[in-house]
Amino acid sequence: MSEKIAQLAPEIILAIAAVFTMIIGLFPNQKFRNAAPWIACFALALAALFAWQDTNAPQFAAYTKIMIASIGILLLWVIQGVPESLHAARLTNAQKIKFDPANVVSGEFYAFFLISLAGAMLCASATDLAWLFLALELTSLPTYVMIAISKDNDQAQESSVKYFFLGALSAAFFLYGFTLIYGATGQTEFAAIRNATQTQILAGNLSPLMIAGLVLSVIGIGFKIACVPMHYYTADVYQGAATGVSAFLAFVPKTAGFVSLIWILSLVGNTPQTSIWNTDSPAHVVITMLAILAAFTMTVGNLMGVVQKTNVKRVLAYSSIAHSGYLMLGLVAGPYITGTDTMGNGLAAILFYLIAYGLANLAVFAVIGSITKNGEEAQTYKDIAGLKSKNTPLFIVLIVGILSLMGLPPVLGFNGKAFLFGSATDHGYTWLVVIGVINSAISAVYYIRIASTSYFDAPDESAIINPPKMRPIAAYVATGFSLLFFLNSSAIIDQTAKATANINAPQAPIKANVTTTTPQTKTTNLKQEIKDKTSLK
Amino acid sequence: MLTTLAEQTEIQTSWILPLLVIIPFLGGLALPFIAKNNQDEGKSAKYAAAGITLFTFFASIFFLLLKFDFNNTAEMQFTNNFAWMPQLGLNFSFGIDSISLWLILLTTFLMPIVVIGSFNAVKQRVAEFFLLLLLLQSAMIGVFVATDIMFFYICFEFTLIPLYFLIGVYGSSGRFKAARLLFFYTFTGSMLTLSGILYTAWFASQPDQFGHWTFNINNLITAASHMSDSQQFWVMITMLAGFAVKVPLFPVHTWLPYAHTEAPTAGSVVLAGVLLKLGTYAILRLAIPMLPNAVLVVAPYVGILAICGIIYTALICWVQKDIKKLVAYSSVSHLGFCVLGMFAINTQGAQGAVMYMVNHGLSTGALFLCIGMIYERFHTREMSQYGGLATTMPVWSFFMVFFCFASVGLPGLNGFIGEFLCLFGAFDSNVLGTSTTSPIYAATAGTGMIFAAIYLLYLVGKIVFGPVKIPDSAHGTVKDLNKREIGVLTPIAILCLYFGLFPSGMLRSMDAPVAAINAPTLQALENKKRPALQQNPTHNKQVKLITPATINAEITQ
Repeated sequence: MSEKIAQLAPEIILAIAAVFTMIIGLFPNQKFRNAAPWIACFALALAALFAWQDTNAPQFAAYTKIMIASIGILLLWVIQGVPESLHAARLTNAQKIKFDPANVVSGEFYAFFLISLAGAMLCASATDLAWLFLALELTSLPTYVMIAISKDNDQAQESSVKYFFLGALSAAFFLYGFTLIYGATGQTEFAAIRNATQTQILAGNLSPLMIAGLVLSVIGIGFKIACVPMHYYTADVYQGAATGVSAFLAFVPKTAGFVSLIWILSLVGNTPQTSIWNTDSPAHVVITMLAILAAFTMTVGNLMGVVQKTNVKRVLAYSSIAHSGYLMLGLVAGPYITGTDTMGNGLAAILFYLIAYGLANLAVFAVIGSITKNGEEAQTYKDIAGLKSKNTPLFIVLIVGILSLMGLPPVLGFNGKAFLFGSATDHGYTWLVVIGVINSAISAVYYIRIASTSYFDAPDESAIINPPKMRPIAAYVATGFSLLFFLNSSAIIDQTAKATANINAPQAPIKANVTTTTPQTKTTNLKQEIKDKTSLK
Repeated sequence: MLTTLAEQTEIQTSWILPLLVIIPFLGGLALPFIAKNNQDEGKSAKYAAAGITLFTFFASIFFLLLKFDFNNTAEMQFTNNFAWMPQLGLNFSFGIDSISLWLILLTTFLMPIVVIGSFNAVKQRVAEFFLLLLLLQSAMIGVFVATDIMFFYICFEFTLIPLYFLIGVYGSSGRFKAARLLFFYTFTGSMLTLSGILYTAWFASQPDQFGHWTFNINNLITAASHMSDSQQFWVMITMLAGFAVKVPLFPVHTWLPYAHTEAPTAGSVVLAGVLLKLGTYAILRLAIPMLPNAVLVVAPYVGILAICGIIYTALICWVQKDIKKLVAYSSVSHLGFCVLGMFAINTQGAQGAVMYMVNHGLSTGALFLCIGMIYERFHTREMSQYGGLATTMPVWSFFMVFFCFASVGLPGLNGFIGEFLCLFGAFDSNVLGTSTTSPIYAATAGTGMIFAAIYLLYLVGKIVFGPVKIPDSAHGTVKDLNKREIGVLTPIAILCLYFGLFPSGMLRSMDAPVAAINAPTLQALENKKRPALQQNPTHNKQVKLITPATINAEITQ
């Protein structure tokens, strides 16, 4: 028990920090109130450190928590300034300094931010269906409030309500799915479910309820990752929310969703051979469904992105849908069934691509959030026109982010895409890869439109660049890492491979001991093989 | 003592190729800062860029050409390897053979000329202009030195970004459309190529092949030859999708005239001089040796497309009113010969193709420079606006006529030898068609030479000779070329003459790599014939006589 609590240290830290920020947000002194984001920042750093330190935790959870916490810091810097600027337009300076609970929301805002991140982390360390459900809801519920209090207008309220109702609907879906899984196996704990399904599969009678449960869960969680039949909210919500919050929505619920999907799909069988990714598995139909959904998600996302000709935030929303489609390729591919070649591990590719996507996406959102027009945040292509002549560093950040999202070298997005597409190829989904590359080509249309508008078009002088202090810094840091990791990301790939090595082992994967072949042994193997071949001839 | 010295030189030579890629890249990135510190309207950036390109040129002469072992051309030389993502089988691995050597030298030779030639062409955002050119150089050299297919692909893709901005920012009025067309065409094609590359690498990772993911080009060539015919065919289609767009081959060439016409002179020269060769180089280096059975299937069709391109674009050239567009279309026509020569799959064809790549880079690059020079003076590309420049600008006219002749393929100048070898290869090919149909390919393509003579001499006659006509846009007196411009064109002219008169050294150096490239396809051809032989022993002797190997042996003797 105490061991489990130790493993949950990062989440606990975030929860405690959430309480602190909420309290500090109510201080009459403005200086104290302004310290709230820094407490959150400190808590995230501490959480990452604890996740790093804890060597007993399962690799998968540790990796995901470190990723969420470190990208969370950058997201915090992007989001910083959103609650502070609420009502800022109609308050006088004296009113700002004076404490008035009706006007000050920053404490709650950062508290919700931390709670949502804690929820995403809890998804990663889940070992039980009930836990997973609670964690997913803990990720989503704060975001409804964050959207509503991010802006002082009706649009934000509309977005919030829309997101809330559809979120509740999706929760109903996957909760129903979870109960069906419980019905099929009589268990809620992952390991126990795996054992139960393993026996059923070996006996040749996997309960159809299990498959129905998996399908419903996938559809429900599909809402969190904005996959196609459940994607309708995305553009409206991203448009209505403040840009910083949109950046948050594009990463955190998505990460939580993919992590949960990995858990859900790993519930069938407890060996690689009986897993859902084996084509002989009776539950393999779920993977086929995911493959079709992935194809639709990519295509719909990109085509809708091309059609959007005015609002950049809507374009980025559709781009995030398309990226969910690419990421689903990894889910379809799954972990390696035979062999230990990292390229065959689609789940590792997901964990890797989430970093590439997270960094690039938050950089692009940060740049767009840095532009204001008539006191409102920038929304349209016109607002970003001629960014090059106004602010070259931010323009470079935007271009690098766009290139990364497009999957062009020399940015991390290319490595990620090669890994994802490679893993899908490895598992025989060549048709899906072909759809993926065609979609990348389609996506170039709107990405290039953003790049060319910001460089070639005449600047709109009424759009001014006046970001909160930390927002550009987050963008620079993210861009720097995108470029750096392009050159050297083998350490991350090692970690992703370890994290997902035995995802559906009988116990939760504790310290998977993967025998990684060193280059030397590989070459000797190779030489031996070549020898064998030549001797055969 | 001696061994340590040898080891040291070993280490040094292995670092040359990475440095050739990195120096222009880092040097380019430094330019904006140099320009910022010296408020001289980009003069310092210009000189710094010229210095970097000249340095890479001399470095490539002294450390590559002079140290290259011409007795051992079949092996990759100057090899080096950096782990990138070894878990996924990805490495930055370097190495060149004689084919890449010549193309690297072409690149490092053209770049200083381009940089110095565009000293006066850019007035605003000077540092960024040269930054983009240097990034482009780095990526182009990267393509030629890569022995890992992903590294190759990264450099191949990366050329797009600087070129996009080069055209989009510094081009003429229709530049946005040109830049977008260029980007969409090339990006779509190369994304498809990526799927083909991944598929091939996956095939190589099968337990009965290498058993792990590898992207080494030689490994992939070994593995891909075990693919079934249909697998090879589809991979070939994806490869051609990416590479044929870059060449550009006939139906997908439509981006090129736009890009060339709207690009600044430097962009046009680099595009015609080197970038188009990335496509042909990729076909020669990857597609042909990797997919022998597919080559046998697609070669006739690619040949037909190449011939369509040669004749169709030659006819378009004939009716062009825009000088730059004419030269741009002539590029499509000329590279048709190159592709035809490659798909002939024999020594002459492939050697001719490489020869043609280098020579087309020289002569067409020079033509674009010439046109850029008069465009800087008169700001119009309309052919009807010019006339009789021989009297007003005699030096320029000399160079223009010279390079037109080189481009037409006048014997004694460089264009001739490559074109002739390509046609000769096509005539002799056993892959394009049979011994009766291959000559038809060669003969039809040969008419392209006549058309080329017609349209280029027509161009020369219109603007260089005839009654004197100076465009209305000319201000003041018309000045002939200055020393800098003459200095830019003269080295190219000398090389054109040199390669025209003494091509044998370069041709001989390519024997071994070309044989290695053609070998798998020739082997596949023989395998295909063998069952027929066994069924019809009476035909045994006859068929054996016309195997390509024997013909090649006879000719090389």
